Amino acid sequence: MYKNWWKILGAILVVYSTIWGFLSAVPALPILHESIRNLYFHVPMWFGMIVLFSISVFYSVKYLSSNDPEHDIKAVESINVGVVYGVLGIVTGAIWARFTWGQAWSFDVKQNFAAIALLLYFAYLVLRNAIDEEQKRAKISAIYNIFAFPIMVVLLFVLPRLADSLHPGNGGNPGFNAYDLDSRMRMVFYPACLGWILIGCWIYNVRFRVRKLEKNNTI
Amino acid sequence: MIAVQLFAQDQGSTISDSLYASGKIYVVVACIVLILLGLLFFLFSIEKRLKKLEKNSPDKN
Repeated sequence: MYKNWWKILGAILVVYSTIWGFLSAVPALPILHESIRNLYFHVPMWFGMIVLFSISVFYSVKYLSSNDPEHDIKAVESINVGVVYGVLGIVTGAIWARFTWGQAWSFDVKQNFAAIALLLYFAYLVLRNAIDEEQKRAKISAIYNIFAFPIMVVLLFVLPRLADSLHPGNGGNPGFNAYDLDSRMRMVFYPACLGWILIGCWIYNVRFRVRKLEKNNTI
Repeated sequence: MIAVQLFAQDQGSTISDSLYASGKIYVVVACIVLILLGLLFFLFSIEKRLKKLEKNSPDKN
């Protein structure tokens, strides 16, 4: 019924990337020094969040065409997990910034827009709780979700590039790829991203099934 | 004096030798991997209990 190989793959990749994240050689960089290893932990949180939000949009669109309440549950549970990933991403970003940019929150465009993007999804969860009628709630939140996704993408990947930012890849500041994400780091970074994405999908999968069981037992 | 201490460490197992290596980063790696494995094991056990519940639930899906 449920194929489990990808859960085991996710677990193996996360453990692998954590071990080699600490032990592998990294390029010697000014300011960053050993903190470049954060790349293996901070960035996968954001990639995981985006994948989970994409899953959510997919099921929101599906809900609107099918009116199947199961698709609504899938949409909300993937957002729940994605929001947790996003909060972890923003907090790890703040810790990293504290020791490389000088301040935990320097009101950098990337940080500000990331916070707004998260607020957008908090608003989604609040909106859901504000509507009692089930079908109405599902429909309105599906439409909200479809609009929120492109806004989130613009906030995270377009607007920060148009302004000055300390964050790599933004505001004329090249991404890590450009000069120092060498092949040693890629060997850890890509498995880390895939691993954390799979773990996120797994947690979402578990939450969805719990919700479905709860629903079956109350009716 | 230093030589004696170094010699004393040499008598340990290979595991404790590597755990004493230079910056002791292996100690951190060991702790974090243990936490991670614990959490993953926890996730697997939730998965197992959930499967059991799904099997017993009246509506088979």
